[in-house]
Amino acid sequence: MATLANMTMNILELDNLTYSWPKRQQLSIDIEHFALQQGQKLFIKGPSGSGKSTLLNLLTGIIPANSGSSIKVLGQQLCEMSGARRDKFRADHIGYIFQQFNLIPYLSVIDNVLLPCRFSSSRADRVAADPKQQARKLLSKLKLSDMDILTPVSALSIGQQQRVAAARALIGSPELIIADEPSSALDHDTRSAFIELLMQECQSSGATLIFVSHDPSLESLFDRSVQLQDINLQGVTQ
Amino acid sequence: MKTIALLTWKSINNRRSSALLTVFTVAISMLLLLGVERIRTQAKDSFANTISNTDLIVGARSGEVNLLLYSVFRIGNATNNIDWQSYQKLAGQADVKWSIPISLGDSHRGFRVMGTNTDYFKFYQYGNRQALQFDSGQPFAQLFDTVIGADVARKLGYSVGSKIIIAHGISDKSFTRHDNLPFKVVGILAPTGTPVDKTVHLSLAAIEALHSGWNPAGNVGTSKNQHQPTFHPEQITAFMLGLKSKIKTFSVQRKINNYPTEPLTAIMPGVALHQLWSMMSIAEQALLAISGFVVVAGLLGMLSCLLTSLQERRREMAILRAMGARPGHIFALLVAEATLITAAGISLGVSFLYLLLAAIAPLINSRFGISIESASISTHELKLIVTVLLGGMLIGLIPAFRAYRQSLADGMTIRI
Ligand SMILES: Nc1ncnc2c1ncn2[C@@H]1O[C@H](COP(=O)(O)OP(=O)(O)OP(=O)(O)O)[C@@H](O)[C@H]1O
Ligand SMILES: [Mg+2]
Repeated sequence: MATLANMTMNILELDNLTYSWPKRQQLSIDIEHFALQQGQKLFIKGPSGSGKSTLLNLLTGIIPANSGSSIKVLGQQLCEMSGARRDKFRADHIGYIFQQFNLIPYLSVIDNVLLPCRFSSSRADRVAADPKQQARKLLSKLKLSDMDILTPVSALSIGQQQRVAAARALIGSPELIIADEPSSALDHDTRSAFIELLMQECQSSGATLIFVSHDPSLESLFDRSVQLQDINLQGVTQ
Repeated sequence: MKTIALLTWKSINNRRSSALLTVFTVAISMLLLLGVERIRTQAKDSFANTISNTDLIVGARSGEVNLLLYSVFRIGNATNNIDWQSYQKLAGQADVKWSIPISLGDSHRGFRVMGTNTDYFKFYQYGNRQALQFDSGQPFAQLFDTVIGADVARKLGYSVGSKIIIAHGISDKSFTRHDNLPFKVVGILAPTGTPVDKTVHLSLAAIEALHSGWNPAGNVGTSKNQHQPTFHPEQITAFMLGLKSKIKTFSVQRKINNYPTEPLTAIMPGVALHQLWSMMSIAEQALLAISGFVVVAGLLGMLSCLLTSLQERRREMAILRAMGARPGHIFALLVAEATLITAAGISLGVSFLYLLLAAIAPLINSRFGISIESASISTHELKLIVTVLLGGMLIGLIPAFRAYRQSLADGMTIRI
């Protein structure tokens, strides 16, 4: 259970995790055991098609694992939850950043950032009295100016959009931040700056970070790095 | 849920132009549906209002509808006439409160001429027991006086004092106009929205004079008190009866139908009107069906609009899912969009209807005497509106279900 006394508590524990996409015989994911400690910054690398995104879909409870699997996030067993409970769990505890096109085009920057608070009352509660103020604070920490905040999201640069997405993932201080190749569309310098900012904010809110990429050059920035094929016995390669 | 409502609103707002177009399509189809429905019910009402408070109409033996058509609507002709003696006898019964004899068969420049007596102006009623009113002038008193309906006066430009020629026979082009007699307009009736507006009224004696070929040539308009032969009607076409007690209607009707001297038919106008209307109900139903199809077309337009947008919105759905939206939320989002568009279309359509009614009502009232009140939405119309709204929501289920399936299959993978 999530007792805070234990500093080396595992935020994530996978056991006998298997998954195969519907209408596919082959397993996409087959992980015997994997654990991640709270507060760590994990880098998962692996070539295209190795199942990185599939794994993240499982961790966030978007797709249900095969029976017999065990996914414990924050000490809670995802595999025993109903779909609706997993959706709620994700809203409450996980911040997610996509590779690109993170933002909903018809919402303002602030509304995009506040989106998780609309689906999760506990994250809304954790945001101080004025959620908009909190959103602005996060955005400015991520180096977005007041001008940027008033710009329609479609007019922001990709780097700016990714920082808005990071603010959205961080709002309401979820315990786990998951990023699926969020920097692949950025140039080298912007990418490093983005990852550093993201890490800083994870650090200050005490969140655990799982960062997925096929670019091994980022590896050095993280506490821990795994090659997906090393833990995934059935890694599909193309 | 508040979030879904907000997202629905913002997302529709983002696709304003195509959404507006869809709303317009639904609005126009709704306008058509309600408009046709209004016209249909108004027509039915004004049809049923053609004659009121008359208990029986009597004519030579014929079908009920035929008798109604020629006596009230001035359409078609009687198969036979009624003897004046028979009329006097039947109208003189103890149960009869009033009677109006009518004599048809002549025309004036396309309008039917009807012979009657002054009781007609006293007892004939239409609509909701409204008596005839004079716009100007008064009932006929002299042999060559005539009272014309509102349409006749308007179309032919007559006013009180106008001299008119009345032909014997129905066809205007008829060469039997040898008995052309000069008449004087002494009264113009207020519009009623019934065939009365299209009728030229003469006294029965004038009709008789017309038919007997009496020609006052040379004497026209010289003196009012000129010597005139007296004309007594020998036959009439039909007559209307008002009874002292409604309860007697059936027994009087039976008595007339069994009248031994000549074969007669007595009808109750309400029953015959109903029969006539049900004969026309095919056209009415067809009209309704057509406007129904227009609504279906409008909703299908919305469906295609929503389905096209779905492909571009897969990314949006994946983002929402990642933020904790359930597949049910995605489903609700699309149903809400369809509902909002339909509801907006319906409201706009209803506003259009009332705008249109307000614009044309004075015109129709002055032209046809029919007052189209901008009545509030009737329960029947409300049913139609709810049906269309439910239809819109039902159609929204199609893209909603598709988005639901998509978001389950895609998960958080963004597919473009
Ligand atoms: N929605 C899906 N339905 C069916 N199969 C899928 C689906 N998503 C992924 N797969 C399959 O699962 C395997 C792993 O795909 P995944 O997207 O997890 O790879 P990845 O490591 O994220 O690749 P990339 O680096 O290109 O993003 C692939 O063979 C892929 O075809
Ligand atoms: Mg991927």
